[in-house]
Amino acid sequence: MIEMEEEELAIDCFLLAGRLLMQSGAETYRAEDTMLRMANSQGLTSAQSFVTPTGIIFSAGHKRPTRIVQIPRRSTDLEKIALVNGVSRRLTAEQITLSEAFEELQRIDRSNLYFPTWLQIVASAIASGCFLILFEGVWSDVPAAILAGGIGFLLFVLMHELTKVKFFAEFTAALFVGITAFLTVKLGIGIQIDKIIIASVMPLVPGLLIANAVRDLMAGHFVSGVAKGTEAFLTAFAIGAGVALVLSF
Amino acid sequence: MFWVTQGVLSFLATASFGILFNAPKKTLFHCGLVGAIGWLIYYSLLKHGMDAVLASFAGSFVIAIVAHMLARRFKMPMIIFSVAGIIPLVPGGMAYNAMRHVVENEYLESIQYAAKAFIITGAIVMGLVFAEVFMQFIFNIIRKRKAKALQNEI
Repeated sequence: MIEMEEEELAIDCFLLAGRLLMQSGAETYRAEDTMLRMANSQGLTSAQSFVTPTGIIFSAGHKRPTRIVQIPRRSTDLEKIALVNGVSRRLTAEQITLSEAFEELQRIDRSNLYFPTWLQIVASAIASGCFLILFEGVWSDVPAAILAGGIGFLLFVLMHELTKVKFFAEFTAALFVGITAFLTVKLGIGIQIDKIIIASVMPLVPGLLIANAVRDLMAGHFVSGVAKGTEAFLTAFAIGAGVALVLSF
Repeated sequence: MFWVTQGVLSFLATASFGILFNAPKKTLFHCGLVGAIGWLIYYSLLKHGMDAVLASFAGSFVIAIVAHMLARRFKMPMIIFSVAGIIPLVPGGMAYNAMRHVVENEYLESIQYAAKAFIITGAIVMGLVFAEVFMQFIFNIIRKRKAKALQNEI
C-alpha cells in the first residue's frame, strides 16, 4: 500500500504517459496496456483505464481517486512513442523509481523532437519524386512532382501554424499541389498531371490513422476505432476536395 | 536494373516518410528497408498478374513480420517500423480516380474506384493484423517448447 502523496504522483505519471502516447499517434490498446503495466508495477493492481483519442479516464482502483485527462492535439511522432515505451519498460523492470520516471516523462513532454521543418519539406519533396516513378510515371515529370510535393507540404505546415485547423491545412495543401501540377503541365515542365498530383499528395495521406483505426477495431476498442476512422476519412475528404477543386476547372 | 531502381526509390520514399513521421534517427535506415521489401514483394506479385488486393495483403503481411523482428531487436513498438512501410501500398491512384470521376459527375465509375480503394486499404490492414496474430502464435509455440525442454531436463 503506497502513501497518499505518492499515489497522486503515480496517477499523474501514468496519465502523462498515456497522454503522450495518444498525442504521438500510438494505438489505443498500447496506451491502455502501458498505463496498466506501470500501475501494476507500482502495486496498484486493481487499476482501470479507459482511453479514447480525445481523453483518458484512469482509476487507481477501489476507494482510490479517478482522474481524467484531455488530449487536445494529436500528431504523428514515432520517436516520442519509442521514448515513453522505454520509460515504461524501465519502470516496470524497476530500473528507475517512480519520481525519476515522472521527471523523464515531463522532459519528453516539453521537448520538441521533430526534424527541422526544412528537412521535412525536403523529405516530402523526395518522397513525391520517388512515388512518381513507383506509380509508373515518366522520368521527365520528376522535377514537377518534387516541386509540387515540396510546395504542398510547405503550405500544410504554414496553414497549420496559422489556423490550427488540420482539415483546412490539408485542404489548402492539396489545392496547391493541384495548382502547381496544373501550372507545370501548362508551362511544359510536366506531362501527366494525374501522376504528378497522385505522387505529390502522398505525404498528406493519413496512413497512420487508417492503420490504427482498423487495428483498434480489431482489438475491440470500438470507440477509438470509429473516432480514428472518422478522422482519417475527414483527412482523405479534405485532400480529395482540394484536388477536385483544381480538376473542376 | 528495373528492380534495383524500384528498390532504391521505395527505400528513399519510405525513409523520407520516416522523417515526416519523426521516427527515431537510428531506425530511419530500417524503416526504409521495411518499405523497400514490402514494395518489391507487392510490385513483383502485381507484375506477375496477381490481383492488387492480394498483392497488397502479401506486401503488408511481410512488412509486419519484418517490422515485428526489428521491434524485438530494438525493443521498440512495432508501429515505428510498420507505419512508414505501408505508405507505398496505399491506393492513392484509385482514390484519385474516384475523386476525379465525382468531379466529372460520373458517380457510378467513381464508386467502382472508391470500392476498390476501400478493399485494398482493408487488405493492407488485414495483412498487418494477420501477421501479428501469426507471430504471436509462433512465439507461443516456441515458448511452450522451451518450457517443455526445461521440464524434461529437470
